[in-house]
Amino acid sequence: MTTTTLPTYDEAIAGFEPVIGLETHVELGTNTKMFCGCPTDFGGEPNTRVCPVCLGLPGSLPVANKAAIEATIRIGLALNCSIATWCRFARKNYFYPDMPKNFQISQYDEPLCVDGYLDVEVDGKTVRIGIERVHLEEDTGKTLHVGGATGRIHGATESLVDYNRAGIPLVEIVTKPVPGAGALAPEVARAYVTELREVIRGLGVSDVRMEEGSLRCDVNTSLNRPGEEWGTRTETKNVNSLRSVERAVRSEIIRQSAVLESGGRIIQETRHFSEETGDTRPGRSKETATDYRYFPEPDLVPLAPDPAWVEELKAALPEPPRERRKRIQEAWGLSDLDMQSVVNAGAVELIEETVAAGATAAAARKWWLGELARRANEAGIDLASVGATPAQVAELQTLVDGGKLNDKLARVVLEGVVAGEGSPTAVMEARGLAVVSDTGALTAAVDEAIAANPDVAAKVRDGKVAAAGALVGAVMKTTKGQADAKTVRELILERLGAG
Amino acid sequence: MAAISRDEVAHLARLSRLAVTEQELDTFAGQLDVILQAVARVGEVAAADIPPTSHSVPLTNVLREDVVINCLTREEALAGAPDVEEDRFRVPRILDEEA
Repeated sequence: MTTTTLPTYDEAIAGFEPVIGLETHVELGTNTKMFCGCPTDFGGEPNTRVCPVCLGLPGSLPVANKAAIEATIRIGLALNCSIATWCRFARKNYFYPDMPKNFQISQYDEPLCVDGYLDVEVDGKTVRIGIERVHLEEDTGKTLHVGGATGRIHGATESLVDYNRAGIPLVEIVTKPVPGAGALAPEVARAYVTELREVIRGLGVSDVRMEEGSLRCDVNTSLNRPGEEWGTRTETKNVNSLRSVERAVRSEIIRQSAVLESGGRIIQETRHFSEETGDTRPGRSKETATDYRYFPEPDLVPLAPDPAWVEELKAALPEPPRERRKRIQEAWGLSDLDMQSVVNAGAVELIEETVAAGATAAAARKWWLGELARRANEAGIDLASVGATPAQVAELQTLVDGGKLNDKLARVVLEGVVAGEGSPTAVMEARGLAVVSDTGALTAAVDEAIAANPDVAAKVRDGKVAAAGALVGAVMKTTKGQADAKTVRELILERLGAG
Repeated sequence: MAAISRDEVAHLARLSRLAVTEQELDTFAGQLDVILQAVARVGEVAAADIPPTSHSVPLTNVLREDVVINCLTREEALAGAPDVEEDRFRVPRILDEEA
């Protein structure tokens, strides 16, 4: 195919209907690996979290992790799936050193959870994404390709393998094909992954961080002319952020439409998304892909989850994130846009807990989305790790409401709280930041300001009340900001007979 | 009819990265055929009331609590490696395949 100028997205989508599908892998946050007791925490020295089982040494036998089975069933239930009453693990055979056994234990034709759905909001409408299956497998090791100029596989002369990640429980969630999204297909894909992440985070079974690879996403895309059969799909890998999910679908729609418009055909293949260029490049061709020779894993006995246990897990599921957001939005009286900014800031729980600790929703939102969000952004950290707790924020607001702090002083106190100097009350007292409420001291400061600015005082006496601002400023300066500006203003006007 | 063709044996050998000579292909195709025919005889006695099975023991739900055990030391882990570099298993480059 010759390279031609690519159409715009609007041009590309005008003649075609896209069908998308998503495969998402989620690393579970269990203490131990799927089939052995090696720890799973991120970032250990290479090959220090391995044992005979996950190294595939002769004579070792896997035993399934009960917590991983439970987490997978809970994910399935949260996605409205049916849970298998009997299923098996399967061996997926392939020759690649990221698994030392030369096979990966996965599930094939008998997944643990099947046939569910997840509702997502796109452009004010609800889109139901069908879930084909949710199954459990083990993650692979990490390979480092060396000797080549690029660090990529092509050109490398050897590979170095770290098996710390090999065997970590990995849940694969596969959607049914999603037709009918039209031009919104990229947004639908992104909304689905966003919502799925919220659901899984809500279950507390994974930290679902795309940048650390605990949530990974492959995106299938095909195009067809209206009224015709679905086209050949491509699978795009290496999609490592929510934004990339959307971009990958968009760029693949543009690329495929250009191929089809010029009379070419789409090859069923795996493509790789590039963060830098925002487009996809060909990878392995599916037509020559390995024949995995799946068969039931002989070293593991079948799973038969007790229906009574499954019912218990179902009854104990948390409120679905979407319903929870709706409930909270109504309770807090937020617009869709305001709610969206709360969600995007990762502040829903924090505000909820602050409200529970006694603050109003408006005050809680003001602190978390204002001063604290700014600090978190500056430090490049999550809002939850900013250094202030919901209880402290609520306490700070109580001090403001009680007139002990004004807004400016409250910010200074918050700075102390974030720096670890203690509770807001402790910081206020230790730094001597309370509002000066001693009228005698204030009156003295006011008189001093009037004496120092006779011309301003004269204007105010003549009825130019607006000029009092300069005197208020002077008083605030002498009291180091620790006076209530409104009280100061009233005092000044009273003293100058202009009140 | 043979239960496995010579071509299928060649295909499996390639998937398993086994270098098999033309001569060996003939030998293995014949031997594997005998094995598969013998196993196929199980199907002759399997009545409709006997469910298919993949395991010889009638057990389900053999599970492990999520408790950390001691791992191997890195030296132990790498002791059997064909080659080691930067505390990692060093293996030949992989061409054309990405899992």
